[in-house]
Amino acid sequence: MFFAYFAGMLTVLSVLVVTRRNPVHSVLWMLVLFVHIAGLYLFLNAEFMAAIQIIVYAGAILVLFLFVIMLLDLKKDESVRKFQNQWFLGLVIGLIFMVVLVSTASKITVIPPLGEYSVDAIKSEGSMMTIGKILYTEYLLPFEIASLLLLVAIIGAVVLAKRRIE
Amino acid sequence: MPGTYVPSDYFPVLVIILIAASVGLGALLVGPLVRPRRRYKQKLSAYESGNPPVGEARQKFSVKYYIVAMLFVVFDVEAVFLYPWAVAYDKLGIFGFIEMMLFIFILLVGYIYVWKKGAFEWE
Amino acid sequence: MDTGFSISLLDIRPIVPEITMVCAGLILLLLDLVVRKKEVVAFVGIVGAIVALYGTFKLYGLSEPQIAFSNMFILDGYANFFKLIFYLNVIMTIGISVKYMKVEKASYGEYYALLLFSTTGMMIMASAGDLIVLYLGLELMALSTYILAGLLRGQTRSNEAALKYFFLGAFSSAFLLYGIALTYGITGTTNISDIAVSLLTLDIVGNPVTMLGIIFIIVAFGFKIALIPFHMWAPDVYEGAPTSVTAFMSVGPKAAGFAVLGRVLFDAFGVMQVQWVSILIPLAVLTMAGGSIIALAQTNIKRMLAYSSIAHAGYMLLGIIAGTSIGLTSTVNYLMIYLFMNMGAFAIVIMMRREGFQGENIEDYMGLAKDHPLASALMLVFMFSLAGIPPTAGFIGKFYVFMAAIHEGYTYLAIIAVVFSAVSAFFYLRIVVYMYMKDPKESVTLTTSPSLSIVLAVTAMMVLILGIFPSILLNLVRYSILG
Repeated sequence: MFFAYFAGMLTVLSVLVVTRRNPVHSVLWMLVLFVHIAGLYLFLNAEFMAAIQIIVYAGAILVLFLFVIMLLDLKKDESVRKFQNQWFLGLVIGLIFMVVLVSTASKITVIPPLGEYSVDAIKSEGSMMTIGKILYTEYLLPFEIASLLLLVAIIGAVVLAKRRIE
Repeated sequence: MPGTYVPSDYFPVLVIILIAASVGLGALLVGPLVRPRRRYKQKLSAYESGNPPVGEARQKFSVKYYIVAMLFVVFDVEAVFLYPWAVAYDKLGIFGFIEMMLFIFILLVGYIYVWKKGAFEWE
Repeated sequence: MDTGFSISLLDIRPIVPEITMVCAGLILLLLDLVVRKKEVVAFVGIVGAIVALYGTFKLYGLSEPQIAFSNMFILDGYANFFKLIFYLNVIMTIGISVKYMKVEKASYGEYYALLLFSTTGMMIMASAGDLIVLYLGLELMALSTYILAGLLRGQTRSNEAALKYFFLGAFSSAFLLYGIALTYGITGTTNISDIAVSLLTLDIVGNPVTMLGIIFIIVAFGFKIALIPFHMWAPDVYEGAPTSVTAFMSVGPKAAGFAVLGRVLFDAFGVMQVQWVSILIPLAVLTMAGGSIIALAQTNIKRMLAYSSIAHAGYMLLGIIAGTSIGLTSTVNYLMIYLFMNMGAFAIVIMMRREGFQGENIEDYMGLAKDHPLASALMLVFMFSLAGIPPTAGFIGKFYVFMAAIHEGYTYLAIIAVVFSAVSAFFYLRIVVYMYMKDPKESVTLTTSPSLSIVLAVTAMMVLILGIFPSILLNLVRYSILG
């Protein structure tokens, strides 16, 4: 039931985000959307993900979105029609895609949880502790690669936005 | 059974959200009922005793804001990685310390780079 | 330690080349802050890549595949050979870009650091033993190339290239993540070798969810290696990006994409070969046909080479479709040859660029042979090789790929491929005709530099040597992949 509420709200909110004329309104709806995603994570027993969702997405990325919208003067675009003529094609493709997904979703076989981290084990230890223990041992390599990714993102921001155009 | 899990530990958070929402909405709903309504031109202007507003509120922002926001996102994500690390620190031992230092070192190079390039300066 | 987990030096050893590359990248980044002459930064970058190359060379001696970081990282001959391609790619790219970036007034130190980081991403992809590592390697590679594509901020088309590449790249990443999520959902693991086990033990080979996972993964890498119909970004990005970056990304990400495709399809989904081959065949036919035919209509040489690279991806796919280790060998062999001939062709394109003159129109090559016989002769070699005309290496590359396809009974595919090679010969040879049989409209001065000349000499020599003595390379590939 909770899942149905969150899933339904996510769909409604996503539609709201893409159909608003004023991009600032879109961003604000997106904020509500992010909070709902966080709630969904919470109900899926992923506390850490919920916290990240709020801290990083609602906190940092939305600010970035807002700045970008402020950066571009979108007043003119607001009067332009939002969807081009391809919307019908898009709808058809989307529907086909949905049919494929729905038809495959019924075929999902639920496998028993693998490994030592069952839901109860995570609960007794705390989600944060479990993530900490796995991320910094087994998933050490991806973790260090992530730092490189962040570094490249820093360079990108400076190279593309900082330098003056000669 | 999947789908039946209820994060009961977070019930207080739900309460807080409800209270916050009801305060905000309540102020909006109750306000019009109780406040006096006297409209005249000066009262309706943006600043009653300030300068008359000029132009639009939404202007083009400088790209400088973007860099700050972008760097904030990056270092925010870095901070997020520190969180589970700190929780599991005593289980990870000296090895966990070294790997986090490596992580921070790589981003430190990025930090020095950004600093020297002057991206923190507001020209 | 409480967790009972420890990491030994044995885990570090296989990843030494990657660590070297990262260190070199970091040093470059810091060096850029203090050194004004960017040639120094470029030189240090080449040194870093060569040190890493030496590391890989040392690791080549290990007969057993090395597994590190709890199966996240695999070091085998396959990965080592791909790393060889990546090193050569980045070294030659730096070689051709020093002078060029000056002409474009964009000699930034970060440029070289990003090239190294992007190469590191490719190396991680080639060695990935887990889909998560694979994804992160891909993002590292892609994020760096997005930035590189948009380096010429003063030019609208460079901005357009970066933006287009970024959007479509992010879109394809989403597909990859979806594919990984579906695969994880159905098999319960992201580890490549564990997936193969799960497919059999859980009896989910014919399950539509597994199929959808494979399709999404193929779509994502179809974007990266520019298969039709996922090629839309390629011409615009190749045209708009700085030419040296175009050279870099027409080889690097493509090779990395093939490395991953080979690893994932053969190692993880090996039991589902019938299924993924039936997806790849139409893609290969479309790619060969579309790439060759659309290239005929191009007037800009960078766009033409973009479609040419699309068509080449189609030929390379034949080796994967063959589905045997011989097929894989032929694809890898082709990739190495493609590296030399493509890099050479782009080196010539870069030479045409000088201040106030783009030199990207095919008509600019009219009568080039009169003023610059040597450069024209080299271009002739590269064009012959790209068209697959003996005795150049391009012929050898195609020959082995086609043979692998025929050997597995895909004769009709080989015939289609030969037909479209013939079509493609038309637009490659048009450049040759322009150079040798037309009168020059205006005299062209070429921008040369010592490093560019070295790259040209090496590529031209390799194209000819490998064309005449193909066994040199082929033995190395066989040794790497078959052991």
